[in-house]
Amino acid sequence: MSSSSTESGWLSSPILKKVITGVTGLGLTLFVLGHMVGNLAMFTGPDAYNQYAHFLVSLGPLFYAIELGLLAFFLFHIVTGIRIAIGNRRARNTRYSVYKTAGGPSRQTAASRSMIITGLLLMVFLVIHLLSFKFGPGGPGNASQAYLTTIDGVEMRDLAKLVHEKFQTPWYTFGYAAIMLLLMIHLRHGVWSAMQSLGAMRPSLTPIVYALGGLLGAGIAAGFIAMPLAIYFGFI
Amino acid sequence: MIITLKVWRQEGPDVPGRFETYKVPDANPHMSFLEMLDVLNEQLIKEGKDPVEFDYDCREGICGSCGVVIDGQAHGPQQRTACCQLHMRHYKDGDTIVIEPWRAEGFPIIRDLVVDRSAFDRIVAAGGYVSVNTGAAPDANSIPVPKDDADLSMDYATCIGCGACVAGCPNASASLFTAAKISHLALLPQGDPERERRAKSMVDQMASEGFGDCSNHAECEAVCPKGISIDAIARMRREYMRAVRG
Repeated sequence: MSSSSTESGWLSSPILKKVITGVTGLGLTLFVLGHMVGNLAMFTGPDAYNQYAHFLVSLGPLFYAIELGLLAFFLFHIVTGIRIAIGNRRARNTRYSVYKTAGGPSRQTAASRSMIITGLLLMVFLVIHLLSFKFGPGGPGNASQAYLTTIDGVEMRDLAKLVHEKFQTPWYTFGYAAIMLLLMIHLRHGVWSAMQSLGAMRPSLTPIVYALGGLLGAGIAAGFIAMPLAIYFGFI
Repeated sequence: MIITLKVWRQEGPDVPGRFETYKVPDANPHMSFLEMLDVLNEQLIKEGKDPVEFDYDCREGICGSCGVVIDGQAHGPQQRTACCQLHMRHYKDGDTIVIEPWRAEGFPIIRDLVVDRSAFDRIVAAGGYVSVNTGAAPDANSIPVPKDDADLSMDYATCIGCGACVAGCPNASASLFTAAKISHLALLPQGDPERERRAKSMVDQMASEGFGDCSNHAECEAVCPKGISIDAIARMRREYMRAVRG
C-alpha cells in the first residue's frame, strides 16, 4: 500500500528513522560546534591555527576513528533524511490548493519545511569544503612544498595559508557565509526536533529547548562566519 | 450574508476531482459551518444538482466524524474545535471560502469531501485495546493510580479520531493519532501488561498505511480539536524504543 510496507527491516520503522536522524543530528551539531570553536584559533594567529590542525592530525588512529565515525554519522543522517523526505512526498501525492499553518502550538516554520533543501545544500557544500581544505593543497594525496610550515621545529601543513587564500575571493567568502546561514536555519528546527525525536517531552521544557536550539544554531553560524569575514576585510 | 464557496468535487475514488464555485446567498452568522453546507446542498438539490458529500454525525464537536480543510486549515481557522463547532459569525459578508477534503494517501477520497479513514480503525485494531481479563471491579484504592498519570491519560484519551492531525501535517503523518492511542493506555494499570506489544504493532500498522513520517512540525497539535500535545508522540517513541529493546 505504501512505501514503508514494501520496505523491510528495522530501518523502515518510522520511530527508528527519527531516532537515527536525531542521534546523528545531535552528534553532527556537537561536531560543527567543536569545528567552529577550533576555527576561532585563527584569531590568535596562523601559528595557533596550524598547531591546532596539526594536533588533530597527529592523534593518528584516534583521528581516523573520529573521521570514520563522522562519515558514518553523515551518511546515516543524509540517507535517512532523504528517505523521510521521499516518504513524506508520497504520503501526500495531491497537494492542497490552499494550505496554511494554524499557528499557536505549531512550530511549523520555513526552517522546518525546508530541512531537506537546506540539508541537501549543506551536503553539496560539505563535498566542496572537503575538497578545498582537507584534500586541498598540502592535504592528503595533494602534497605541496608551498603549503608546509615549521613551527617550534615541527614541520606541519600550512593550513592557515590556504584558508587566507581562499577567503580573499568574494564569491568563496560570501558563499561560505550564506551556507552557514543555511546551517543556522537547519539547526533552528533540527536541534529541538532531535530532542523531541529522542523522547524529550516535558511540556514545560519545550519552549526552553526550542529557544536554546535557535540560539545554538545562530551561535554556531556566527562563529563560522566571523573568521572568513575577518580575513576578507583584512582584520586578521 | 453572501458567502462564495470553492468546493472540491470528486465523483469517486479514482476519478479526477476539481473545484466548483458556488454562491450561498442565504448564509447567516448563527449557522454552523456544516449548517451553511446544508443550505448549499438544499440549493443544489433544488437546482437538480448533486449535493456536496461531507461527513458528520453529532455536530457537537465530540464524535470525530466531520472534518474538512477550510482555507488551508484542518477544521478551519478556530483552534480546538471540529468544523461543526465553527460558526459563520467568524466570516464576513462576501467572503470566499475554499473547502477541500483531508488529503493523504492513507485517507483515500470516497467522494467530494468524504475520505476513507479506516486506516485509523486498522491502527487501533493492531493493539489499541486491553485484552487481558481484569476480573471484577477491585476494591477502591487497591490499585493506586497517580492523579497526574490519570489526568494525562484522559488528556490523550480525548482523541476522537477525526484525522485532522493527518490532514494538517505537512507530511500527512498519523503520529499524533497513534501516539494518543498508545499513550492513554500505557499510562494506566489496565493497559500496562500489553504496552510493549501494543506500541510495536500499532506503530508498524501506522507505517504500513502510507502515512508520512513525523518531522516535529507540531502542526497536528495546533489543528487537533482536542488540543492533544505532541508530547504524546515523544511518549510513543519511548514506548516503541522500550518495546524493540525488549
